Amino acid sequence: MSTYPLPQQEPQGAQESVALQAPAHEAHHAALGVDSKKIGMWLFIASDCMFFGALIGTYLIYAGKSTVGPYPQDLFDIPLTTVSTFILLMSSLAMAMAVHGAQHGDMKKLKRWLGLTILMGLTFLGFQVYEYSHFIAAGLTLSRNLFGTTFYVLTGTHGVHVALGVLWLTLLFITALRGDTKRVNPVNVEIAGLYWHFVDIVWIVVFAVVYLMADVAA
Amino acid sequence: MATITSTTARTLLRPTAQKGLLSWLTTVDHKRIGIMYFWTALFFLFIGGVEALIIRLQLARPNQTLVHPETFNQLFTMHGTTMIFLAVMPLIAAFINYLLPLMIGARDVAFPRLNAFSYWIFLLGGIFLNIPWFFGQAPNAAWTGYVPLTLNQYSPGLNADYWLAGLQLVGLGTLISGFNFIVTIFNMRAPGMTLLRMPVFAWTTLIMSFLVIMAFPSITIALFFIMFDRMFGTHFFNIAAGADITLWQHLFWVFGHPEVYILILPAMGIISEVVPTFSRKPLFGYSVMVFSTVAIGFLGFSVWSHHMFTIGMGAVANTAFALTTMTIAIPTGIKMFNWIGTLWGGSIRFKTPMLYALGFLSMFVIGGLSGVMHSAAPANMQQHDTYFVIAHFHYVLIGGALFGLLAGMHYWFPKVTGRLMNERLGVASFIFSLIGFNMTFFPHHFLGLMGMPRRIYTYDAAMGWNTLNMLSTVGAFVLAFGFTLVLVNLLVSIKKGKEAGPDPWDARTLEWITETPPPVYNFAVTPLVSSRDEFWARKYQGAPALAAEEPGPIILPAPSYFPLLMSIALTVAAFGLVYSNLLLTIGLAATLLCIIGWAFEGVGEVTIYPKGFEQQ
Repeated sequence: MSTYPLPQQEPQGAQESVALQAPAHEAHHAALGVDSKKIGMWLFIASDCMFFGALIGTYLIYAGKSTVGPYPQDLFDIPLTTVSTFILLMSSLAMAMAVHGAQHGDMKKLKRWLGLTILMGLTFLGFQVYEYSHFIAAGLTLSRNLFGTTFYVLTGTHGVHVALGVLWLTLLFITALRGDTKRVNPVNVEIAGLYWHFVDIVWIVVFAVVYLMADVAA
Repeated sequence: MATITSTTARTLLRPTAQKGLLSWLTTVDHKRIGIMYFWTALFFLFIGGVEALIIRLQLARPNQTLVHPETFNQLFTMHGTTMIFLAVMPLIAAFINYLLPLMIGARDVAFPRLNAFSYWIFLLGGIFLNIPWFFGQAPNAAWTGYVPLTLNQYSPGLNADYWLAGLQLVGLGTLISGFNFIVTIFNMRAPGMTLLRMPVFAWTTLIMSFLVIMAFPSITIALFFIMFDRMFGTHFFNIAAGADITLWQHLFWVFGHPEVYILILPAMGIISEVVPTFSRKPLFGYSVMVFSTVAIGFLGFSVWSHHMFTIGMGAVANTAFALTTMTIAIPTGIKMFNWIGTLWGGSIRFKTPMLYALGFLSMFVIGGLSGVMHSAAPANMQQHDTYFVIAHFHYVLIGGALFGLLAGMHYWFPKVTGRLMNERLGVASFIFSLIGFNMTFFPHHFLGLMGMPRRIYTYDAAMGWNTLNMLSTVGAFVLAFGFTLVLVNLLVSIKKGKEAGPDPWDARTLEWITETPPPVYNFAVTPLVSSRDEFWARKYQGAPALAAEEPGPIILPAPSYFPLLMSIALTVAAFGLVYSNLLLTIGLAATLLCIIGWAFEGVGEVTIYPKGFEQQ
């Protein structure tokens, strides 16, 4: 048996080991001190950035390349979309209040603000449905031109994200109404909040690139 | 001894089987999932191998008519798709699943049910991709699926539909594995197992997983674009409507190039475990090794357009991508020299794992050098789409990735089964594989430079390619014989191999500290780690075998029906994408129900009493 020098070191984490002694050993601990689900959500957000990056990139590459109308300038109603954007962004404030409630064990506050977040998310989706039906009536369909193709797929993907977020928050809300504080715990609410804020931030980019820069890109 | 504490799930009863088929269908144990990945991947490796042999038979002599040209297109498409997505990646996943938690001192991965889901969706997606063989409409537009070949005009049949939907299924499983492995490495390390004490295999897994979560979105979106063009008449790739088909190529290779590092990094990790053990020296330049891996991860995202030098991107873009491609040779070269530095002066034991590892080192250099040749954009114009490219990527994928995985297979087999693989058979398999591999693919370099294009069904006798093609075909069968010996060795040794004992290789890392084969809870007490080569330190330096906890009952995550159910639901949705919107709706609705049931079911708990601790 050969031997060789290896550095003799004080074992790190010797103190932590005391704290880890529980009656029964959980298979799951947190070496980073952060809940695994929360790290998972941050990673999902990083990955989702690439999804939206591909979609927004495609939109920009094809901006102004449509061979037939209607074109963005013919359809966009910036004041209207500004209102729906404002509502979605304010829903992030409501979500932050809900998280605050959860973190301080204030279930009443949590339920109130969570309910408001859901309503605002639904309102945003309502605006989007109105906008889509208006655009379709004006002749812009998915298969009309490159603008229709890229616009609907990009904003539609974002809309699906909002809808899934609303569904998630609704399930949390119902669970909170039932008084299940084990499931509606601060970490779970915060993770839902992370997702919700991310979806809002994506909309800031989409709103800027698609709507506000419509003239520039064309 | 185990008792399952029932949770308050109102969705579905928790499965309680611990033996038999149901226990495998509902398991969340990373070791069982790893074993399932392993055999499934070998099965698909066999299918992909048979496809390769038929391709080689067809090309053995000029003007052959063994298979129909259309069948030939399906064969090379499915060979590439199968080997990359259904054989090598799942084989990597098998190693990561089984070993990663053991190596970092954890009892499972961070999300055990998602881990099971990743496996089931891969299995069903792999079957899904192969179903159209039965009605002669297997995918036929090459593994790169370039538009417009995959659009309705040129692919009116089901071929492309199955390819698009199947890759989405398999890709989803991989993506979720990526999240899972990263969180596991970040959060599940045993006390004292700092990031820079982790085995290099854990590091390569970490970087590979980051590549997965950042690269797979690109192909997912690109596949959806083709799907929408086919199903809803969108114009993503419709030139008449003003679109640009190079968009597909960019989106595909933004995924496709990181993908090759996804395939090779874990193999490099395995080599970094095998070479030090069999040289009886610590890994030379550990930190540089880690940072080279990180550098490859970053650079891997900046080189994708070198697959597109011939499309007319212009001199500036070609130069930029040529330079970034050459840069990536630097961290790769550093790794190569580190492995050589580890061998240098070591007391080397030429056991089968080490032979495959040395095979990796030499073959990967050849593949790497031809890669550097490709990076020179002007030379690339000559090599593009010829057999030279085929030679290059088979040297990195077989001589590199697969030899690395074979080294790992022979190295960890005793850990998994408690038995040794037959050494004679192992050496024989290595010799046949190495000779067969070089016979098959070395001639491809010459064929490529002589102008033989990829993906051709046959060629004229006067082209001067006859001898080299015949040599390549004979080599393919020698290689197949070598791999058959590996399989025979596996099957024989599981039942009849010599007892391995707890530490047959005088190993260094944490997975060898626990019992062999590892118990369901991995470690009776979580170890406290104080060194990079913890097991060596304990054996030779008198490092105390510290534990991070008192002995006691262990809580493990409970088995669940939902991973399997949800992958079935998504597979139904995939059939819906091919055949009917109704089926798609049913599949997606069922998936949503599964997600909700999954969330309300919770992780669950199984309390295990390790031997000797029943009294506590």
